[in-house]
Amino acid sequence: MVSAVFHSPRATALDSAERSPAGSSPAKPALTLAKPPATPNDPPRAAAPSPARFDFSGLLAKVLPPVLGLGLLIGIWALLTLKSTTFPTPAATFDAALKLFADPFYSKGPNDQGIGWNILFSLERVALGFGLAAAVGIPAGFVIGRFDFVNRMFSPLISLLRPVSPLAWLPIGLLVFKAANPAAIWTIFICSIWPMVVNTAVGVQRVPQDYLNVARVLNLSEWKVMTRILLPAVLPYMLTGVRLSVGTAWLVIVAAEMLTGGVGIGFWVWDEWNNLNVQHIIIAIFVIGIVGLALEQLLILIAKRFSFDQ
Amino acid sequence: MNRFIQIHNVEMTFTTKKGSFHALREIDLIVEQGEFVTLIGHSGCGKSTLLNLIAGLTKPTGGSLLCDNREISAPGPERAVVFQNHSLLPWLSCFDNVHLAVERVFGASETKAQLDARTKAALELVGMGHALAKRPHEISGGMKQRVGIARALAMEPKVLLMDEPFGALDALTRARLQDELLAIVAKTRSTVVMVTHDVDEAVLLSDRIVMMTNGPAATIGEVLRIDIPRPRNRVELAEDPDYVHARKAVIDFLYTRHAHRETIAA
Repeated sequence: MVSAVFHSPRATALDSAERSPAGSSPAKPALTLAKPPATPNDPPRAAAPSPARFDFSGLLAKVLPPVLGLGLLIGIWALLTLKSTTFPTPAATFDAALKLFADPFYSKGPNDQGIGWNILFSLERVALGFGLAAAVGIPAGFVIGRFDFVNRMFSPLISLLRPVSPLAWLPIGLLVFKAANPAAIWTIFICSIWPMVVNTAVGVQRVPQDYLNVARVLNLSEWKVMTRILLPAVLPYMLTGVRLSVGTAWLVIVAAEMLTGGVGIGFWVWDEWNNLNVQHIIIAIFVIGIVGLALEQLLILIAKRFSFDQ
Repeated sequence: MNRFIQIHNVEMTFTTKKGSFHALREIDLIVEQGEFVTLIGHSGCGKSTLLNLIAGLTKPTGGSLLCDNREISAPGPERAVVFQNHSLLPWLSCFDNVHLAVERVFGASETKAQLDARTKAALELVGMGHALAKRPHEISGGMKQRVGIARALAMEPKVLLMDEPFGALDALTRARLQDELLAIVAKTRSTVVMVTHDVDEAVLLSDRIVMMTNGPAATIGEVLRIDIPRPRNRVELAEDPDYVHARKAVIDFLYTRHAHRETIAA
């Protein structure tokens, strides 16, 4: 009974196979056999119809919600500050911002520099701390992911140190480096290293066994395994880690600079608080948000460039 | 004919979290040079495990495996594997996927131009000469499997190990690739060990069919020699008494004498 059930679909399959043109000439070399049609190389996005006239309703649907959200925020802000004397209104803040950004790169001594300089100094610290973290964290992640022993050695430590607040690391930095700037960079380093370590390690652990089997069958050298299999396979995970890390680094810099001083957006916020210039603090919040967003978008762009379609 | 692959009294026990699992017992098999052997059996009977043992991807817990009179202790390019799910690297083009293998085997002894020519020849052999620059996600499942076969063949292996290479393909594509494989093997005179669960595929391609009993502790139940002369034509074979007879013998083994317990229950 089972045999009969088995038999009939196979018979149909064989029958249809017989009708295929290739079936009639098995003795010929494979070169002459029917070649499958080439798949079109066009990415699917290119197939989108090009609009003959401008698609206003589409643009509206895209732009309207975020604009409404922003409007709501400013509206509530304006309502709440209608009768306030201490908290600046949106209009006052906007005026202050115009003045501020009219000359972002002035420099009147170490404690009074334009907002452009402050942002650039902060970005420099982030770049240094984050760059060092990447240089240490990504290779460390590879080693931890590749060797189970190392993984079990370090994962309790990572779990222990990862949730520590950035500011708890600052005194250690000050103690060791005896200077504010390296301490801030150290704080960024130690806080932004974990996402990269963890993500890279997870990526290495999740490299499909099939690819590693291919490497074993081909008997690839450790270098080829690294460059041709591990690195491309881990890259998407790694870039996610990098993205999270940059976000963390940018979060940390503001807090660290508030404590260490010098030129930087965090210090600038604190300085303006001491001057009771609340408009500038609000502007700084927007600036910090926008720079963070820009960093994130930049890394998403890089990640897209290096991702491969499965 | 020499005894090319020798498997003596091989035992395989996996240790898992739930305890040990006895997958294979007392496997004895000799594969001669130039022979096409298929391993057939119900799912879970350890046929892929046996292939992995020959490939050297796993080590047996008992017994010995020899290839060309040398013990199989690790995977090597002389035993090329065509994986069930093609296992092409998605970030490399078809050319680069094959080139990776060619470079490893012939890189020390040949010039760059020769390596490129080998890669191209291998892809042309499987009818993929038109898609050298394509990435795996840009081609169909059947084409990916062709590239997988090209990668294996390009290494000029002593043995071609195939783990259900056509299992994931539709019936028509599978038939065409089977015919191409027959032509390629006739041309290259490769030794092939292939895992399959498809009775027609086994009978059409094989010199011998190794039928395995059900697991756990599966072993070789019976070996059937297929003496149908080559080249074989699937259309003519459909009514060939030898073919029908061989097919019946395999089905009888799989479904009457060693029916899968799940099949009986159903």
